[in-house]
Amino acid sequence: MTTEYSIADLEGWNDRIVELVQQFGLDPFPQEFEVCDHEDMLSYMVYSGMPSHYPHWSFGKNFEKLKTLYEYGVSGLPYEMVINSNPSIAYLMRDNTLALQVLTIAHVYGHNDFFKNNFTFRSTRAEYTIETFKGHANRVRQYIEDPSIGLEKVEAILDAAHALSLQCRRNLAIKKPSVAEQREMKLYEATPRADPFGAIHRRQERPTPDLTKEPLYPDEDLLLFIRDHNRQLAEWEKDLLTIVHEQARYFVPQIETKIMNEGWASFWHKRILESLDLPQELHLEFLVRHTQVLRPSAGSLNPYHVGMKVWEDIEQRWDHPSAEDIENFGPRKKTGREKLFEVREVERDASFLRRYLTEDLIRELNLFEYKSRGNEQVVSRVADEENWRQIKETLIQNVGTGTIPVIKVEDADYNNNRALLLKHHHDGRDLQLEYAEKTMRYLHQLWGRGVAMETLLDGQRTLLNFIDGKFSIKKPA
Amino acid sequence: MREAIRNNIADIIAEESIIGKDKNRIIKVPIRGVKEYRFIYGDNAPGVGQGGDGEPKPGDVLGEGKDGKGAQQAGDRPGIDYYETDVSLDELIDLMFEDLELPDIERKRLRQIEIERQFRHKGFRRKGIRVRLDKKRTARSRVKRKKASIKHHAGAPAPNRFPFHIDDLRYHHTVTDTRNESNAVVLCIMDTSGSMDTMKKYLARSFFFLLYQFLCTRYQNVEIVFIAHHTEAREVTEEEFFHKGESGGTFISSGYNKALEIINERYHPALWNVYVFHCSDGDNFESDNEAALKAAQELTQTANLFGYGEIKPLGSGYYGSSMITFFSQIQASNFQTVQIQKKEDIWASFKTFLSKDRAREDAA
Repeated sequence: MTTEYSIADLEGWNDRIVELVQQFGLDPFPQEFEVCDHEDMLSYMVYSGMPSHYPHWSFGKNFEKLKTLYEYGVSGLPYEMVINSNPSIAYLMRDNTLALQVLTIAHVYGHNDFFKNNFTFRSTRAEYTIETFKGHANRVRQYIEDPSIGLEKVEAILDAAHALSLQCRRNLAIKKPSVAEQREMKLYEATPRADPFGAIHRRQERPTPDLTKEPLYPDEDLLLFIRDHNRQLAEWEKDLLTIVHEQARYFVPQIETKIMNEGWASFWHKRILESLDLPQELHLEFLVRHTQVLRPSAGSLNPYHVGMKVWEDIEQRWDHPSAEDIENFGPRKKTGREKLFEVREVERDASFLRRYLTEDLIRELNLFEYKSRGNEQVVSRVADEENWRQIKETLIQNVGTGTIPVIKVEDADYNNNRALLLKHHHDGRDLQLEYAEKTMRYLHQLWGRGVAMETLLDGQRTLLNFIDGKFSIKKPA
Repeated sequence: MREAIRNNIADIIAEESIIGKDKNRIIKVPIRGVKEYRFIYGDNAPGVGQGGDGEPKPGDVLGEGKDGKGAQQAGDRPGIDYYETDVSLDELIDLMFEDLELPDIERKRLRQIEIERQFRHKGFRRKGIRVRLDKKRTARSRVKRKKASIKHHAGAPAPNRFPFHIDDLRYHHTVTDTRNESNAVVLCIMDTSGSMDTMKKYLARSFFFLLYQFLCTRYQNVEIVFIAHHTEAREVTEEEFFHKGESGGTFISSGYNKALEIINERYHPALWNVYVFHCSDGDNFESDNEAALKAAQELTQTANLFGYGEIKPLGSGYYGSSMITFFSQIQASNFQTVQIQKKEDIWASFKTFLSKDRAREDAA
């Protein structure tokens, strides 16, 4: 293994990779690379790759944590880090070997293509990413330096906002109706349908819709809702909520497509490196590294591995459909490559797995379901005849934003008291109570008045209350 | 970071590993990471994993408390967020005392020693680093410039905005400085009689350790005297004080008289801040009680602060007497008693000791 290479070498490889990228039909943003050392890498990791970011202690905490883990050799560093922006920026670690850098460059183009083309990223406005984050950083710093605000107040708001930031809409491709539109929808729902037999039917009683209710329809963007409905908040507080919300919104697509995205990049780096005619020693090292990255990690799920397997399977099934597939779905209209590009554009993890993770694949990937029993995690189902569907369901529940409970604002004037009523949309998984309590404390802090949340605990309807600084759990008899 | 440490000080103090270590050594502090709370799913949420080489079978245990959940973001499960970081002992001590709002301990005009003290503000500069920005002066110089500008352009309409200019900025200037500092002496008196078992000694030792560290942050020069007593008292070295076990009965008065003797000989209260702390299990010989009380009263008159800590580990039972009840006859405001029952009490009792000193100063 040698680390002796120059920037010119990297540029040479980059040019050859770009050529292949175009041949394969990938369509990335312009790509920029920055060579950095491991300390820089750690710093970029906590800032999610952003060159500038607003200050908050949690980033420092994460940095120390990653650094400690890294220095004790508990976890390695990612070979690459790439951000969704136009032009895209990626970081290469100086200490990596040439083979690893080539692999990384190819991998980065895969991500970059995905960022540009997948539908979930449409809402992220990649051309402004860097500026947006810089703008946020400047605004937060300005509030910190403002003598009438200061660090402590800013931090208090950020702490609370961070706790709620991911309670936002998940599928950003679906438009959120404005308040005026919602009002129209309500009115439309209340209008009686034309009934050809109106003369003989008894007249239906229709309640008049309450258009003063806030929100008219349950609202999932908690931070924005609080911003728009808590009249006590100062402008700078509202701005902080907006900043945190916007940043969370920027990262939601990445959470939503983790498996697809990593799989896609791995799929293409493999293709590209195989077509590069690497000299033998580089090729050997590439094989070693590639296998390391794609190794299934026993007991958990390696998104690189799962993702790439599914992508390969799609290509295989469309290029060489089995007799069974043709019988079920008719002859293929698309080649494997065309299908790949279509899927890369229109799916996200949940739908990707639902459509393309077949029974055979589940078995090949050796997937199983586990549950916790006491302090232990115990295998509850393996991929046999009866159970593979359930495993798939569980997996889909756990990808993307599926790991975040769906919580919506139901009423901003609960009990006619300006208390906030939330509803947890229960899907079989209970909330973790200690965390729920602490998070409701933050909600209470931002909302300024009582907060209540409906949920199910052990199958029983439960109301979690946070009023006057006290948390209580009520189970209606 | 600071938060994390501060919130866990009680735990850290109770960790045996840091007690008694050399001041300059790097120690390992476990940080129970400050959790970042969000709404998350609890225990009844199943997950999916990948099998390794073998075939997983229903009922296989994946491992205890292992976060085996794939496809999940790091940190959104409740888990033990536990990792270590290096903090030097000095830093830790600073952090601990930071949240105490400590008393500015009474200073006396006394034997003055020249010592170097760093970073004193001295004057102002136009260039500097941000943290040293003097906002008031900066604002003042802007006003000056504004006045001057209006005068200069007399007759012209005043501009409605007059922003800060880089020349307005004023920064504190700091210099290293030598100044005179007062001194303190701490007399640590520990009961080493047979009734003081390992646990009691450990508690006493932890307490004295904290005390010593605290005084080091307040005074540039702390002298420390160790007195061990059973039926007789004698001055011992630090090593002996912390490690040597003795046996025998208890005459608390002997320790106090020895302390008085040392103070009279070497640390005249007019020149020294004198702190006396005594840790015992309160198991004194009845016949000595009167003498002890008298000596204690005398000590309260000479010392800035006289603290008595009684160590009664839980479960040891209240055999024997408690000196706390007996000492309640002492009315002096600088006398303080606490009871230490377990490791976690040490920090609390330490705070109590010093808050007493503070309250007294506030009243004065």
